[in-house]
Amino acid sequence: MPVSTIGPFKLEYFQVLNEKGEIDKKLDPGLSNEELLKLYRAMVLGRETDERLLKLQRQGRLGTLPVCFGQEAASAGAVMAMKDSDWFVGAYRELSGRLMRGESIENPMLIYNGLEEGNMIKTSPRTLPIAIVLASQIPQAVGLGYSIKMKQEKDTAVVTFFGDGSTSEGDFHEAMNFASVWKVPVVFLCQNNSWAISTPLKKQMASETIAQKAIAYNMPSVQVDGNDALAVYKATREAIDRAYAGEGPSFIEAVTYRMNVHTTADDPTKYRKDDEVAMWAEKDPITRFRAYLGKKKIWNDEKEDALRKEIRDEIAAAVKNYEEPRQYKPDAPFDFIYGTEVEAIEEQRAEFLENFKKDVTNG
Amino acid sequence: MAKLNMIQAINRALHEEMAKDDSVLVMGQDVGVNGGVFRATDGLYKEYGEDRSIDTPLAESAIMGTAIGMAIGGLKPVAEIQFSGFAYLIMGQLEANAARMRTRSRGALTVPLVVRMPYGGGIRALEHHSESKETYFAHTQGVKTVIPSSPRAARSLLIGAIRDPDPVIFMEPKFIYRAFREDVPDEEEVGELGKARILQEGNDITVISWGAMLYRTRKAIETLKEEKGYSIELIDLQTIAPMDATTIAESVKKTGRCVVIQEAQKTLGPASEIIAIINDKALMYLEAPVKRIGMYDLVMPYFHRENWYIPSDGRIRRAIEETLDF
Repeated sequence: MPVSTIGPFKLEYFQVLNEKGEIDKKLDPGLSNEELLKLYRAMVLGRETDERLLKLQRQGRLGTLPVCFGQEAASAGAVMAMKDSDWFVGAYRELSGRLMRGESIENPMLIYNGLEEGNMIKTSPRTLPIAIVLASQIPQAVGLGYSIKMKQEKDTAVVTFFGDGSTSEGDFHEAMNFASVWKVPVVFLCQNNSWAISTPLKKQMASETIAQKAIAYNMPSVQVDGNDALAVYKATREAIDRAYAGEGPSFIEAVTYRMNVHTTADDPTKYRKDDEVAMWAEKDPITRFRAYLGKKKIWNDEKEDALRKEIRDEIAAAVKNYEEPRQYKPDAPFDFIYGTEVEAIEEQRAEFLENFKKDVTNG
Repeated sequence: MAKLNMIQAINRALHEEMAKDDSVLVMGQDVGVNGGVFRATDGLYKEYGEDRSIDTPLAESAIMGTAIGMAIGGLKPVAEIQFSGFAYLIMGQLEANAARMRTRSRGALTVPLVVRMPYGGGIRALEHHSESKETYFAHTQGVKTVIPSSPRAARSLLIGAIRDPDPVIFMEPKFIYRAFREDVPDEEEVGELGKARILQEGNDITVISWGAMLYRTRKAIETLKEEKGYSIELIDLQTIAPMDATTIAESVKKTGRCVVIQEAQKTLGPASEIIAIINDKALMYLEAPVKRIGMYDLVMPYFHRENWYIPSDGRIRRAIEETLDF
């Protein structure tokens, strides 16, 4: 019997905007000037919010929190391709994208000050809360995709975000398999930022790329420069269009870099070298996007200053509002345990309130 | 003799066991180069290299499953799950295999491994980083579930767990990782699993707790002793399963009164089992109903409210006084 070849399997990489902000005209996804400015603003808002959150944490005004420095393009570029009716199923490193989806700047402040209230995103019912248990959100995205299919919702897709570390979890592979078998309208977007806390990519996997994992599930897959918002936008646009057309799931590996700490409890100097970080600083997603806008003659220093001021004012107002003294309802944790009234829970609520009163008065 | 905090004592136990036995290794996320997110495995990578201090890929189920294979193969893995809130992914392997391999193979195959995990609230952490779900593990027959309450106990019980012939879930109360120091002797101490210890003898009432709640209970008791002169017997449960029924029953027979303080949710927490043991073995000696204090039956609140929900010193004191006054 002759040995036949099953492969080879093809995998593409692309970049639209290079590090200097020069565009590859053949790959230009053709966003309008207005859309380009919206995308830029989203990235700057994400970056400025991150800086403020980090400062607040260092001053003891917030608890432990993750930051997204350097990864603004990966989530903002993807959300640029989404409609409000598409589902956003993220992890916790998509601040720019979440703010674009309508989450208020106060939401992360509440969450990272230990208040469940921060997970209520009234403006965007199709944005799931942050998922801290890694990869646990990915199968849920596939289930949402199934519900879209069952309910025959037109032009609706799910975009799920996760990191390189999460692709080691069973949930990731199980979700990919279900999605391809069920042919659901789901876009898997991996933000490969090279580090899972202290674990570098080469210890995480022996695979050359993450995008190639999708080949095993017979899923269209591409690797893009994840610091290039236009590349992420273009790949997501194409994947969502396939999903809308009933062609099933797609996979995008956005190659980016975690420029800062995993969370504020982490100390990267224990495990990685400064020159690696410096090398990636040269590839910053915001710097190159700004250069591109300048080359297009739709941006200048004056506009930049005005935007930064506007954003900083917006963040300052949010911080001020969030820090207004207020009493958060002490027994709120009892409110959403079940959808039906449970006697034992209400008994315990009364017991709690009594104890709470005594604890407050007796110290 | 050295004065160590709990994280240092755990680190020391790992160093001691790895030095003594080449088959002992640590594995988990960030345990190697980084030395663990709480620094429990600090220095092991440098001392024993990456083969015995394994930075694994990110997958709890695979950490558990491969640890089972290593244990069957003759190694003694001490796996770390970074936070107990991520340990639910090990449950399939733990229940289906680690717990049953001895029974399934009629003793031919054994799984001597330890899974360490920080648990519990009070450190202003994010969601999934504050729960006390020892019941899940304690209800897995064939697995031992151990919780130390002090640095010295942590060192000796961890050594006991590593040398135990069966799988041990070793839950570390992270609230007291660095809360206080204790003298830890230079000589070896091997904690006996399945045994509670009487920390302080007394005749008026038995108070039972474990982990970080024991630390809080101890402070509440000291105040009560000073202010009211009660004679309180304090028991550190130490092993949640298998539970030391004898020590519990003998103490209650002597005092006739008992309060159990747990950080876990009230319903079906270890306190429920302790009360059942008292019911079985010491009911006729009781002079008051046994009281249990714990978290309410809620999803653990985020940290802004957690200290309103974790049993407070006041709640502990009131429960003891109410039971004494009954």
